[in-house]
Amino acid sequence: MKSFFVGRHRRNSELVLIILSGVVTTAAYVLAAVGRLSSIPANVLPFLIVVLGLFFAAHVATRFLAPEADGLLLPLAGLLNGLGYVFIARLNDDLAAQQAVWTFLGVALYCATLLVVRRSRDLEQFRYILLLIGLGLLVLPLMPVIGQTINGSRIWVSIGPVNFQPGEFAKLALAIFFASYLVDKRELFRAGTWRVGPLRLPEPKHAAPVLLAWGVSLLVMISQKDLGTSLLFFMLFLIMLWVSTERLAYLLAGMVLFMGGAYVAWTQFSHVQTRVSSWLNPWEDPLGGGYQVIEAQFGLASGGITGTGPGRGYPQRVPAAETDFIFATIGEELGLLGATALLMAFVLMIGSGLRAALGARRPFSKLLATGLTGLLGVQAFIIIAGVTRVLPLTGVTLPFVSYGGSSLLANYAILAIIVRISDEQTNRPADAPTPGRRRPRVAAGTS
Amino acid sequence: MNQQIRQLGVAMLVLFVLLFARLNWVQVFDAEQLTADPLNTRRVVRDFGQRRGNIVTADGVVIAESVESGGRFDRERLYPDGPLYSHVTGYFSFEFGATGIERSYNDELAGHSATQRFESFFDFFGDGDISADVTLTLDSELQRAAANALGNRRGSVVALDPQTGAVLAFYSWPTFDPNTISTTDLDAARVSKDALDNADGEPLLTSAHRQVFPPGSTFKVITAASGLENGVVTTTAPVFPEVVSYQLPLTEVSLQNFEGSLCGGNLAQSLARSCNTTFAELGAEYLGPAPLVATAERFGFNDAPPFDIPLTANSRFPDDYGIQLGQSEQTPPAPIVEGSALLAQASIGQFDVRATPLQMALVAAGIANSGDIMQPHVVDRVTDSNDGELLARVEAQLWRQAVVPEVAAATEAMMVGVVETGSAQSLARNNLTVGAKTGTAEIDTFSGAEDTHAWVIAFAGPSGGEPEFALAVIVEAVPGQGQQTGGAVAGPIAASLIDTHFG
Repeated sequence: MKSFFVGRHRRNSELVLIILSGVVTTAAYVLAAVGRLSSIPANVLPFLIVVLGLFFAAHVATRFLAPEADGLLLPLAGLLNGLGYVFIARLNDDLAAQQAVWTFLGVALYCATLLVVRRSRDLEQFRYILLLIGLGLLVLPLMPVIGQTINGSRIWVSIGPVNFQPGEFAKLALAIFFASYLVDKRELFRAGTWRVGPLRLPEPKHAAPVLLAWGVSLLVMISQKDLGTSLLFFMLFLIMLWVSTERLAYLLAGMVLFMGGAYVAWTQFSHVQTRVSSWLNPWEDPLGGGYQVIEAQFGLASGGITGTGPGRGYPQRVPAAETDFIFATIGEELGLLGATALLMAFVLMIGSGLRAALGARRPFSKLLATGLTGLLGVQAFIIIAGVTRVLPLTGVTLPFVSYGGSSLLANYAILAIIVRISDEQTNRPADAPTPGRRRPRVAAGTS
Repeated sequence: MNQQIRQLGVAMLVLFVLLFARLNWVQVFDAEQLTADPLNTRRVVRDFGQRRGNIVTADGVVIAESVESGGRFDRERLYPDGPLYSHVTGYFSFEFGATGIERSYNDELAGHSATQRFESFFDFFGDGDISADVTLTLDSELQRAAANALGNRRGSVVALDPQTGAVLAFYSWPTFDPNTISTTDLDAARVSKDALDNADGEPLLTSAHRQVFPPGSTFKVITAASGLENGVVTTTAPVFPEVVSYQLPLTEVSLQNFEGSLCGGNLAQSLARSCNTTFAELGAEYLGPAPLVATAERFGFNDAPPFDIPLTANSRFPDDYGIQLGQSEQTPPAPIVEGSALLAQASIGQFDVRATPLQMALVAAGIANSGDIMQPHVVDRVTDSNDGELLARVEAQLWRQAVVPEVAAATEAMMVGVVETGSAQSLARNNLTVGAKTGTAEIDTFSGAEDTHAWVIAFAGPSGGEPEFALAVIVEAVPGQGQQTGGAVAGPIAASLIDTHFG
């Protein structure tokens, strides 16, 4: 009974936080409309009802399907998604309409994932199928006819009227594969029975599948000129390898490997050189390679501490303001305060995800939660660092905030799995309760 | 694994703190410098969408205004009668900047002038609108009359008040619609700018003050005034021979009178009949290079008048005629130089003499105003957009003393004679004293092409009173269309303006 009360307490605070983030989103929506058109939009109330209704549905699903999960994850995703929507709507009405549909589907996918994945360990048995699916999704854009090159990256697939980036889902599939495989073989990786000079490495035959998977995925993404996702994969793999083996040497060796790889890429690929030079000195080519970054700096600078106010800045001067550069939009119109709030939302989300990982009992779940949380955190860091010129720009979306259906759907699926793992942690044998037993307990508790 | 997960948490926190530190740098500490960066057009965008004062004619017609627009910018600049005033207002474009009054009075219109900023500093309860309206000296009726009279012929009409320099009509054709470049639809603006840049007759290059033309016979007014000023002739003596042509000094080439006619007489008669032979001889054999160049420059040649519409072109009078070779046989004798033949042609406004229509209007105005040429200006005053408070007024200011009053009076009388008995009789008006000079300028003296620019410069005033209206009209040569004479082609336009002004 103790865990049940913990669960109810968490769900109630989740509900309060969801209402809060819905109100914040609606307030931002109204302010943006006032700032842009000097009038309060007619659909404020419907907007609020839809936002609250949508996340209330996700909340109810969580209450029934993952009653003891962390209560911060869903409200944070709702807040990020809601603010993102407000700024997409402020930039482009058509995209906003699409993003609304994607948000519906995303929340639906969140609920469906919670419903289908009743125990995180169930995922473990699909490891090789997921590996195949993941690699298949990665090469899909390279296929003739359906593969599409948009903005210089061949990462799109278009079937009929639907465009999507299969790579977003490949991340999830490969993360599950990595987690499962590394947990299985971690003793072998940790022991490092193969001596090469001063290094002790795992036997090649054990390391082969994971290195192969990682190498192929990197190669595919480099051939697609998708630097951001390559970097993301590399970091995901490295983090999971390090956490599972508990050997810092792997992390350091990986970093060295990365530096070397980055250097080679820089000497070999012109698009990498462009990215680096427009990071080091965008003012050398202010109307070409440096344009986007410079405009983003100007936008952030014009925002200052308090921002221009939603709808009162000129974020549309930055190319890709709705997608990769949405952080510049928010930084311009909400200022340092709003941008910092966004950073804090991500820090809290990472904290909740890692707490779920810490609480998880099964190593697989622990590693998967770490990997997925790392994925969200590193992705947010990579793109915000690119926009603020901390790192060279590599185009990835800002999780939950940027416009983009594939990204939003994949992130909700990731969120659902983290929530699922978080639900499994509390004082409950991870494999004891069956789905059939759990449901009546919840129903009894809410009555 | 838990230890690594905690370390990962700390590492992520460090990374996000790094982002926070960087944000502080970009948004706070470095913000001022980024805002001041010359590449940063956000301020321009803001100005472009900001309130901007109206441009209004002297009789209160709004010819440029800012209206709220729902697009990317808050406001859009509109020109209700665009093509009629475009050469005065100019355009106000996001990408191509501003021209005309939009450019020269940008600070006042946008509220950036020192006075406006100072006032807004103390205006705690205002709504922050510190833009100002610019009222022009243009008269909308006169402007419309100029446009109607010129029609779709290449040319310009410049009319002004000779006593103040206030420009009353300023129109050139081809013209353009500034709305098409000032639109907030930037793609459309780019397309129209491109089309206008490549259009026939360069509509963006206002011919009234940015293009120069040979002034032809209208320049004879200056040659005559120079003769009087230098004391080498009077209006009645000497009497120049009635001839068909004048042999240019040191050459076998003859300069013909118009259509090969016999022409001559004293200075006044010669001006009335526009004898090429008389003025060529006067310039080459009575005056010589230095005195004529000096008079032309005192009238404003080899310079551009200060004008509130930017980019006025310099008018030219060639000043190098080579070394002296001898003396003329007239009394008093003038130096004969290597270029005396060219000087003879320059004396009738040909050779390399070039003038803007604005410059020729100032010649007529100077004669009409006792030899004093006032600074031309098209802006009358700047007033606060909200309460109409006067912020600045353009005062009448002397630009050049072209000739002494006596010479101006004599020249004025001779120009009145041109209307009474000469080539501009169509300008004669009851109850008005009108003086004028026509010009039929060959676009190329030597090629034998017959295409000509038709000119009239004129002034008018109530009978017996001071002239209060001066103007210049040019209808440009149309290649292949042959000769068009000043009196027949430009004269009716001048008549229409005089009638409108005094009507």
